[in-house]
Amino acid sequence: MSDNASHAPKTASEIASHVEEPSQAELHTHRRNAFAALGWARENLFSSIPNTILTILSVTLLVWAVPPLLDWMLLKATFLSEDPAACREAGGACWSFVTVKHRFILFGLYPYDEHWRPLLAMGLFIAALAVSCDSRFWNKRILYVWALALPLCGLLMWGGWFGLTFVPNDKWGGLPLTLILATLGIVLAFPLSVLLALGRRSDMPAIRAICVGYIETVRGVPLVSVLFMASIMFPLFLPEGVTIDKLLRAQLGIMLFTAAYLAEAVRGGLQALPKGQYEAADALGLSYWQKTRLIILPQALRLVIPPIVNQFISCFKDTSLVIIIGLYDLLTTAKTALADPSWRAFYVESYVFAALIYFLFCFFMSRYSQYLERRLNAGLKR
Amino acid sequence: MSEPIILLDKVNKWYGAFHVLKDVSMSVGKGEKVVVCGPSGSGKSTVIRCINRLEEHQKGRILVNGVELTGDVKQIERIRKDVGMVFQSFNLFPHLTVLENLTLAPNWVRNTPMKEATETAMHYLERVRIPEQANKYPGQLSGGQQQRVAIARALCMKPEVMLFDEPTSALDPEMIKEVLDVMVGLAHEGMTMVCVTHEMGFARTVADRMVFMAEGQIVETAPPAEFFAAPKTERARQFLGQILGH
Repeated sequence: MSDNASHAPKTASEIASHVEEPSQAELHTHRRNAFAALGWARENLFSSIPNTILTILSVTLLVWAVPPLLDWMLLKATFLSEDPAACREAGGACWSFVTVKHRFILFGLYPYDEHWRPLLAMGLFIAALAVSCDSRFWNKRILYVWALALPLCGLLMWGGWFGLTFVPNDKWGGLPLTLILATLGIVLAFPLSVLLALGRRSDMPAIRAICVGYIETVRGVPLVSVLFMASIMFPLFLPEGVTIDKLLRAQLGIMLFTAAYLAEAVRGGLQALPKGQYEAADALGLSYWQKTRLIILPQALRLVIPPIVNQFISCFKDTSLVIIIGLYDLLTTAKTALADPSWRAFYVESYVFAALIYFLFCFFMSRYSQYLERRLNAGLKR
Repeated sequence: MSEPIILLDKVNKWYGAFHVLKDVSMSVGKGEKVVVCGPSGSGKSTVIRCINRLEEHQKGRILVNGVELTGDVKQIERIRKDVGMVFQSFNLFPHLTVLENLTLAPNWVRNTPMKEATETAMHYLERVRIPEQANKYPGQLSGGQQQRVAIARALCMKPEVMLFDEPTSALDPEMIKEVLDVMVGLAHEGMTMVCVTHEMGFARTVADRMVFMAEGQIVETAPPAEFFAAPKTERARQFLGQILGH
C-alpha cells in the first residue's frame, strides 16, 4: 500500500505529463505502423529486380482480370428473373438459371413435391458426417449415430412407410446420389484397403498373391471400365431372373476401385514404420492382430493421412463418372438441366454451380485432414 | 545345476548363402547372468534375437522354459510372454504415453485388469526412477530415460528372462550410467539375464559367465575374472586388446 502511495503523482505538472504520455505513445505507434507497412512491402514485394518485375506483372494481371470477372459475376449478373431473355439483355452471368433449375440440379428426377425428403436426408447425412469428424465421438457413440442416421436416410429416400410414397432408387439423383456414392464408397473401401495392404505384406504366399493380383488388376483399368463391367457385363454372369440394383452395382464398383488405390497408400504407411516397432510389439508377445491394431495401424495411418485424403477427394469427384451407366449424379443433373432449350446458352453458370458444390466438399475434406494431422501429431513432437 | 531356462543346441542360421550362426550351443540357468560379447558381425545379436524368435533359426533346437521354438505361432507367443527384450534403439511406441507403453502388453497379452497393470507400471517406473514421466510421450524423454522406460516395459510383463541387445550403444556417454545402474540393480535381484554389450565394466560386475563369439561361433566361455585376466584363445585376446586397449 505505502509503495503505491509513493508512486502516485503529486503535483499538477506530474499529472499533466501522465495524461500526455499515452497520446504521444499512440502517435508513435501510428508512425511505426506506417513505417512497418512500407518496410514489409520493400522486403516482400520489391526486395530484388526479379521480385519487383513479378510484383508489377501480378498487379497488372489482377487489374486486367478481376474487374471484368466481377462485372460478369456480380455487377451485370441476373439473379432472380425467371426469363432467360432478361439474362441475355443484362449480358452478365445468368444466376437465374440456377434459381430456376437448382431443385432439379440438386435432386434430379426425384418427385418434385417430395424434394423435402432428400433435403432432410442430406441434412441428416451431413450432420452425421460432421459428428463423425469430432474426436469426442470416436468410440461406440459413432456407431449409434450411424445406426440411427442411415436407416432414417433410407426411410426418407425410399419411403414406403409412415405414409411416405415409395420412390425407387432409379429416381434418385443430384447431390444426395453423389454424397451416397462417395461416402459409402470411401467408408466401405477404407477397411478393405487396410486388409489389402496388410495382405500384400503378409508372410502367407496365397494371401499375398490374391492381394497383389487384386490391386494390380483394379489399378490397371480405368474406373469407367469398372463401372461398365459392373453395369453391363456383370449381369450377364448372373442366373436368369436375378438382378442386382444398378445403384448398388455402381456403389460396389466405386468401392472396389477406390480400395485398390487406398491400399497402396496404406501400404506406404506400413513400410514407413521402423522395423523396431514391429519387433518391439512381437517381443512383448502381442498377437498379429493386436500388434496391427494397437501399434502398427495407429502409427502407419497417421503417416499417410495426406495420400489417403487425396484418394478420398479423388473418389468424391470420380463419382461423376456414373453418368456413363445412366445414374443422375450432381454433374449429370447439372448437364441435364441445360437440355431445356430456353436456357441452353447458360452452361457456364450450370457448371460453375456444380463446381462450387464439389469444391465446398473437397475443400472441407482438405482442411479437415490438416486439422487431423495437427491433432494426431500433437503428442509426437520431437 | 537346475533346469536351464534357455537351451540352445547346435543352432544354425543362414541369411541366404551367408552362414551367420554355426553350431551355437549354450544354456542359461535360472538366475544366471550371461554377457555375450564379440566383434561386430560375429552373430551375437542374432543369437539372442533367435531366443524370442525375432529371427528364425534353420537347424538345431532352441528351448525356452522347456518349450521348443518351432513355427507354431501359439508356442512363439507363449515364449515371448516370458522373455523380455530391450533393444538398442529403445523401440518405445511413440503414439502412446509412457504409462500406456507399460500397460499395453500386460493388459492385452496377460489380460491383467487395467488398474492392476497401472499399479505394476508405476511400481516399475519408480524402480527405474522416472515415475514423474508417466504421462509424457516417449519423444519428450532423453535417450537414457527412454531406455529405462523400455526396461520397465519389459519388466511389466513379469518375464522369466531378460534379453538385452546392446542396450547402451545408442546412448550419449553421460546417459550410459543411468541405464547400467538399473541393469545392475536388476541383476542383484536375481533376474536371469542375457546381455549383448560392449560395457566390460558392467560385465565384470554382474556376469556369471562371458560368452565370446566370433564369425558365428562361440569361441570361448569363461567366468569374467578368468576371461578378462587370461583369455584362452588368440581371437579373444585380440578382441579384448582392442576394446580395453585405450
